[in-house]
Amino acid sequence: MSETNDTNPSLTDLDAEHWLQAYEQMVKIRTFEETANELYTSARMPGITHLYIGEEAIAVGICEALRQDDYITSTHRGHGHCLAKGAALDKMFAELLGKEAGYCRGKGGSMHIADQETGNLGANGIVGGSAGIATGAGMSIKLRGTDQVSVCFFGDGALGQGLLYESMNMAQLWKLPVIYVCENNQYGEYTHNSKAAAGSMVGRAAGFGVHAQAIDGQDIRTVHATARLVIDRARKGGGPAFLVCNTYRFRGHHVGDIDRPYRTREEEAEWAKRDPLTLLEDWLLKSKQAEENVLERIRQEVKTAVDDAVAFAEEASFPSESEVDNHVYA
Amino acid sequence: MSTLENGIRCSPAIHAPGERQITFGQAIREAIAEEMARDESVFVIGEDVAAAGSVFKVLVGLLDEFGPERVIDSPISEAGIAGIGVGAAITGMRPIVDIMFGDFTTLVMDQLVNQAAKTHYMSGGKLTVPMVLRTTLGASRRSAAQHSQSLHALFSHIPGLKVALPATPYDAKGLMKSAIRDENPVVIFEDKMLYQEQGPVPEEEYTLPLGQADVKRTGDDITIVATSSMVYVALEAVDKLASIGISAELIDPRTTTPLDADTLVRSARKTSRALVLDEGYRQYGVTGEIASVIADGAFYYLDAPVKRIGAMNVPVPFSPAMEDLTIPNADYVVETVKSLCG
Ligand SMILES: Cc1ncc(C[n+]2csc(CCOP(=O)(O)OP(=O)(O)O)c2C)c(N)n1
Ligand SMILES: [Mg+2]
Repeated sequence: MSETNDTNPSLTDLDAEHWLQAYEQMVKIRTFEETANELYTSARMPGITHLYIGEEAIAVGICEALRQDDYITSTHRGHGHCLAKGAALDKMFAELLGKEAGYCRGKGGSMHIADQETGNLGANGIVGGSAGIATGAGMSIKLRGTDQVSVCFFGDGALGQGLLYESMNMAQLWKLPVIYVCENNQYGEYTHNSKAAAGSMVGRAAGFGVHAQAIDGQDIRTVHATARLVIDRARKGGGPAFLVCNTYRFRGHHVGDIDRPYRTREEEAEWAKRDPLTLLEDWLLKSKQAEENVLERIRQEVKTAVDDAVAFAEEASFPSESEVDNHVYA
Repeated sequence: MSTLENGIRCSPAIHAPGERQITFGQAIREAIAEEMARDESVFVIGEDVAAAGSVFKVLVGLLDEFGPERVIDSPISEAGIAGIGVGAAITGMRPIVDIMFGDFTTLVMDQLVNQAAKTHYMSGGKLTVPMVLRTTLGASRRSAAQHSQSLHALFSHIPGLKVALPATPYDAKGLMKSAIRDENPVVIFEDKMLYQEQGPVPEEEYTLPLGQADVKRTGDDITIVATSSMVYVALEAVDKLASIGISAELIDPRTTTPLDADTLVRSARKTSRALVLDEGYRQYGVTGEIASVIADGAFYYLDAPVKRIGAMNVPVPFSPAMEDLTIPNADYVVETVKSLCG
């Protein structure tokens, strides 16, 4: 149950096209987040937002192993999950800017993006708050007799929430197809997890008999291979799994957390050496699956798409006043 | 406690004399069983709901009829099963989450208040949460402070939730069926003292809309608004008042959210006096909201301030000598009405 990189080679043996698609998704998230930060610093975005930069390999590695009809639940740091599951850039930015064209008609904002069509049951402003929802989706899958899977993303901070343990216990009791993905970026806000989580992280799930594994969350090949195994297992009725993906958020807790006095620049520099995008780029180049110009073209195309999406969102109109009390009840 | 057959007016279109009598508990079970038979997406989850048929025996028989896949005994994980309810509801099911005692709803607060109630709104209307959370209210069972509360005001406060408080078997069945069919999260509070109470319930299928008050007695001198358990206290008071020449109209809103303000205000305009009675703590209770709605809507017609009676603002004590002091009774209602009509 220690960190392991043993992966099934047959599953990582994907063709270059597949990896380039994953690369594009990761670049998309990175560029989206950098742009969201710019929108914040230039006072064009209301509120604050939590950036996923540095953790892209997890969302993409997992979601590339999912089908469109599979479910995810996400967190306050949720843009990466939403995009990885297939959300469109323009509606994402429109939501961040509080526009009617956004995924939630401007009612949800950065922390609450939901999109049924891509199986995204919603990001959540409550730490650990979606553990029950993801498990309920698993229950629903079981009752409806489909072979979907439900993935619950959460941070290491959510390990402090009792709901998670209630949920994993029931998922294992009833063999629900739920994958609990703990994005262990080492901190919950400004507190290191060594001060918040006693004992073993994987041991918590293992105690319920849930298949539990800690993996390198920076390496998309590891994340993806592991994801395929546990997702395939869950689909076939093998029950839930718990993955601790070790990672690091390269930026502050939110866009306004600039000084980061709670951690050292040395620690940040160490993790920066393991940037998930660079790791994938290096591997693609070294294994001759892509030339630098192909990667550069992907980055350019993503940049253009992001710029277009921002332009769309900025031009889009705000919801009319009559929207305010619409959708309180269905 | 008054019996229902000589106590409560039922909608004449549906209630004919000689109709079958069933208990409040049977009415709830019937509603759930009918909806489960009608709609495969309905399932029940909770502690001791399946094999034991719930601690109040309300669900006995459901397991045999629908099997363990749809009547699910859960661990003692209130927040967890509420969360499962939300997730299952968002993805196409119609869960009925059973929370044994109303007091334990404090453990599901986040799942109800921050998740269920807000999902539809936050998603811009895309996701819906058609779930029912059944629980209980009411003191008088000598169960002390953690098994006796009436906490429906907490949920009535939250936009996005509906809250139903049936008082009769007839209302319980009709409201439960509507709650299960509703596209929104509905919290149903059942008075645990009522489960054995009998009342007329027609054989034919019916539902009752959420948000429609019921006039349980008509009268001219004062409007008494009472919910759930307090409908019976009010009925007893209405009879006593009649014997001293005061004609009271008794209205049960049946749901606090949505609230049928129209019916309440119209009655208060007619009688020009109003008293609101509910078993929740008096402070910041649903009586405050209802009294204010009546005061606003009937101000120019009122001959006296709108009064309200709730449970005493103390944790419910164990000793019968004290517990009974904390719950409104008919004599107190009568005295209050006399002071208003004096
Ligand atoms: C129940 C709850 N408590 C506190 C907060 C405030 N809060 C927002 S994010 C956060 C830290 C969460 O840490 P983690 O789960 O590790 O996620 P990360 O931000 O590291 O991605 C806290 C405490 C919250 N949103 N919800
Ligand atoms: Mg964290």
